[in-house]
Amino acid sequence: MAIEVKIPTILRTYTGGAKSVEAAGDTVSALLDDLDANHPGLKGRLITDDGSLHRFVNVYVNDEDVRFTGSLDTVLKDGDAVTILPAVAGG
Amino acid sequence: MRYDSLTDALGETPLVGLPRLSPRWSGESPVRLWAKLEDRNPTGSIKDRAALFMVRAAEADGRLTPGCTILEPTSGNTGISLAMVAKLHGYGLVCVMPENTSIERRQLLEMFGARIISSPAAGGSNQAVATAKKLAEENPDWVMLYQYGNAANAQAHYEGTGPEILRDLPTITHFVAGLGTTGTLMGAGRYLREKAPDVQVIAAEPRYGELVYGLRNIDEGFVPELYDDSILTSRFSVTSYDALRRTRDLIEHEGIFAGISSGAILHAALSIADRAAVAGERADVAFIVADGGWKYLSTGAYDGSLQHAAEKLEGQLWA
Repeated sequence: MAIEVKIPTILRTYTGGAKSVEAAGDTVSALLDDLDANHPGLKGRLITDDGSLHRFVNVYVNDEDVRFTGSLDTVLKDGDAVTILPAVAGG
Repeated sequence: MRYDSLTDALGETPLVGLPRLSPRWSGESPVRLWAKLEDRNPTGSIKDRAALFMVRAAEADGRLTPGCTILEPTSGNTGISLAMVAKLHGYGLVCVMPENTSIERRQLLEMFGARIISSPAAGGSNQAVATAKKLAEENPDWVMLYQYGNAANAQAHYEGTGPEILRDLPTITHFVAGLGTTGTLMGAGRYLREKAPDVQVIAAEPRYGELVYGLRNIDEGFVPELYDDSILTSRFSVTSYDALRRTRDLIEHEGIFAGISSGAILHAALSIADRAAVAGERADVAFIVADGGWKYLSTGAYDGSLQHAAEKLEGQLWA
């Protein structure tokens, strides 16, 4: 199962500069594990020590914030697009 | 309607049906979209509500006294609203604004007599907030109202926007608004959930070009102090392309000339409405038209191909 993951500028040091990479997983959690296996250290920048998403990191599946769809347990299907972005000010 | 002054004419904006863009306008289990036209406020945006409430609150608690200078980080609309209120109440205004905002916003601020301090495009509003906080330290006599953490911002929507919507649409099932300072969603969302607990509250946030997310590290990220995610039921990130596409849909199908952030909000509203339509459920979706399109004409948002317009918007702050 291939899922495209868009990587924000500040985390591209982990992906050799790639803007997007492919990863696999049935859930966001499994996807992040797979990402970390291929790009060691990446998961540690997204997840805090208590296992939850970093306060200043937003993860979207097909443009929807996973914090409202089951967080790390959000289910993924083939063809989904995942976007990782830092939280920044709007307004 | 007759009012004693311009600020008295704030709010009480129309809620307008979208019979052509709604998935199912009539029949059994209708799925209807309703636009709250906040461009009908005194300076043409929803931010007039927050600006007036924040100034009045600061006057009430003695922070603002005649002749004071107000300081605010803003990508535009809040600044324009504050500039109008400041002029009427006799204050000076210093706005810290990212340099990648539309020329019309600058022109309007200057016209109202505000002083603009530009912050770098890279980092977007994050940089504006950081610059304003530094200026506040250097100029202790300036009063920073700080829309991102000022309870009066959300209160304006708890007392105004929320009650107006529920009164005009008692059958509301979903409320959709833009997520910036989070004031609209926190205030109106909290009110609606208290009075109609089944209402879903949906956020649409802009997804900008990479420049705007150019932080040095994750810990420089920013979540507004007002934000309480327990108020929301979903949150969508909307690209410039989708926002533009829906902004043009509003003109093409409903004759509504709205700003780009309103297109993003409509995009999220349609995602939710389409789900209800597929499930065969009834829905009345109220969404915010935050401002009109006038301030974005120079961005090329309304002419040429969508792809080209979206590329021109890359790196601009449009919400």
